[in-house]
Amino acid sequence: MVCKSWYEIERWCRRKVFVGNCYAVSPKMVIRRFPEFRSIELKGKPHFADFNLIRLKRMVVTDESLELIAKSFKNFKVLVLSSCEGFSTDGLAVIAASCKNLKELDLRDCEVDDLSAHWLSHFPETYTSLVSLNISCLGSDEASFSALERLVGRCTNLKTLQLNRAVPLDKIANILRHAPQLVEFGTGTYTADVRPDVYSDLAGVFSSCKELKSLSGFWDVVPDYLPAIYPVCSKLTSLNLSYATIQSPDLIKLVSHCPNLQRLLVLDYIEDSGLEVLASSCKDLQELRVFPSDPFGAEPNVSLTEQGLVAVSLGCPKLQSVLYFCRRMSNEALVTIARNRPNFTRFRLCIIEPKTADYLTLEPLDVGFGAIVQYCKDLKRLSLSGLLTDRVFEYIGTYAKKLEMLSVAFAGDSDLGLHHVLSGCESLRKLEIRDCPFGDKALLANAAKLETMRSLWMSSCAVSFAACKLLGQKMPRLNVEVIDERGPPDSRPENCPVDKLYIYRSIAGPRFDMPPFVWTMDEDSGLRL
Amino acid sequence: MSSENGKRLLETDAGGLNFEATELTLGLPGEPRVTSDGGAKLGSKRGFSETVDLKLGDNNREVKLGHSLQEAAKSPVSKTQVVGWPPVRGFAKRGKKSCKYVKVAVDGAPYLRKVDLEIYNSYQQLLTSLEDMFSCFTIRNYLNEKKIDQVNGIEYMPTYEDKDGDWMLVGDVPWQMFVESCKRLRLMKSSEAVGLGLTTGPKYSSTN
Repeated sequence: MVCKSWYEIERWCRRKVFVGNCYAVSPKMVIRRFPEFRSIELKGKPHFADFNLIRLKRMVVTDESLELIAKSFKNFKVLVLSSCEGFSTDGLAVIAASCKNLKELDLRDCEVDDLSAHWLSHFPETYTSLVSLNISCLGSDEASFSALERLVGRCTNLKTLQLNRAVPLDKIANILRHAPQLVEFGTGTYTADVRPDVYSDLAGVFSSCKELKSLSGFWDVVPDYLPAIYPVCSKLTSLNLSYATIQSPDLIKLVSHCPNLQRLLVLDYIEDSGLEVLASSCKDLQELRVFPSDPFGAEPNVSLTEQGLVAVSLGCPKLQSVLYFCRRMSNEALVTIARNRPNFTRFRLCIIEPKTADYLTLEPLDVGFGAIVQYCKDLKRLSLSGLLTDRVFEYIGTYAKKLEMLSVAFAGDSDLGLHHVLSGCESLRKLEIRDCPFGDKALLANAAKLETMRSLWMSSCAVSFAACKLLGQKMPRLNVEVIDERGPPDSRPENCPVDKLYIYRSIAGPRFDMPPFVWTMDEDSGLRL
Repeated sequence: MSSENGKRLLETDAGGLNFEATELTLGLPGEPRVTSDGGAKLGSKRGFSETVDLKLGDNNREVKLGHSLQEAAKSPVSKTQVVGWPPVRGFAKRGKKSCKYVKVAVDGAPYLRKVDLEIYNSYQQLLTSLEDMFSCFTIRNYLNEKKIDQVNGIEYMPTYEDKDGDWMLVGDVPWQMFVESCKRLRLMKSSEAVGLGLTTGPKYSSTN
């Protein structure tokens, strides 16, 4: 703390609060510190929890909580729930009914108990403040279309509307007609029997959306209806086709119409050929995410390789953020990419088969990723995959000085790897590791480092229960949580590796809402049940 | 020389393996280094057992960890066997509907429930689950065994609305066909069902 006056001024002026780890601080503390805050964004689960590695519910928001918010804050304006669960549409109904000044309701990636689509009708007829609504995660089979249309119609400041899959294609035209001022729009299911009247209606209504910059949704998309969006394509800066199961030729056609695209999310149906077209058409591209259409298949189902990524990194000078799923990679490609695109800030590569070597030389991909961290000096986020030894971690520890988040799976040979990262990466905030042979030594030798980070996740590694206890005893400002569904860790020998380990700094002390298979190591007994 | 020793030699021969003398090590003095390239010559996929060297020298741990690693080494780490890999979130929601939630109404109950038909494999499982859900009612099962509700002695017939909007008796068509065509379920009071002529049992028994 530099100056007490500034601290006080900041306290009273702060309007937006972001809590990256809900267990690091208690609600009481937030309220006490920022009595005038108006908007809060809460995150709970560690990132790797999204991939079925734990059944633990880290961010449970109940209907009761939503009700409490609704009843307590008459002027509540912004609610963003990211990857949360535990609430239902009943809770949303109370929010809708009570929060007369609500501007933003964003439920990105939440799992909501969809009891009834009629929660939307709870927005009173007098309510007009909505600016942003993201309900794309909802799954109800029916949607209250008339309520939705009326809501959209009277909220003239609506800029963002992301519908869920239940909204059929023929309803979109009506909704958009009520909101030609939209900047971001997410369709529902984009499929229907091909009918000229539906098509022209849709194309007409898209033409009237002069402000539209971002499109998403496109579940179950039928290629015949895609040209309906061509009128807006030249202005599009963001396009999310990650649910669109269309093939490369249709994707190429679409992408060729979007010269101002800055952000593209797409399935690997785009293939190398499509990415080459992207590279030549979209010179403003900043972010690219390519998802696997068949991640669990044994054989590649599409022709998407490292070549596509090389093409985009060569052709798109502003590209800085990449998430790329593919089935083969080479050091040569990675070095080329790194040399051409030193401006990467986020580089996440997922080679689908764990421990896949360089397909040309059969060597580990250490040198390739080493080039990435060496050339991309502003790299903030990195996800590794493929065959990797301790060497790659040496490169990372040496060069990745701005790295804030690192994701590692099936990599490394020994504690040395982890030690390189913990001792070298000065800016590291989040580290998540699974299935790596990292054990006690590196962790204990770098215990102090953990207090400078938001969190560390390790699963299926080689950290012993004894080391966890020691860490919990020595580091009171850390919550050291052992997650193990085999039963209490003290029912096994101390040197037995724990299944999952989650360590995070916290000023709220150990939490007490854990399910039976989570244990906090603390300074008292070394074991708290 | 056994192949085991042969591999060891490769590990300690720094010749073509690019290990600088100045490289950091946490290993205790005198312990062999692990090489990264040891497995590469064997092909693109390495087994764990050749590359993990538990320097702490604890036999217990080595055995425990080694055992599971040996198992992993037997078959290459396959996508389908590894939980949470590749890290695709909500994959089930991409491109295909992998769950099928339908509403369940019970005559006389003040609220409806929803069930995901995809999680059941047979009528038996579905009806058992419905019985659990609406535990104060009992459902007449398709084996025609009359079950009387403890509280008020009422029987219920499981019916469903199909794609054409018709109300059908649960159990007449094969299970998968039912899952595909069912839009909603209704547990109808048997007294009403009698009037509709739905008293004869359905074709599909618990063996389906």
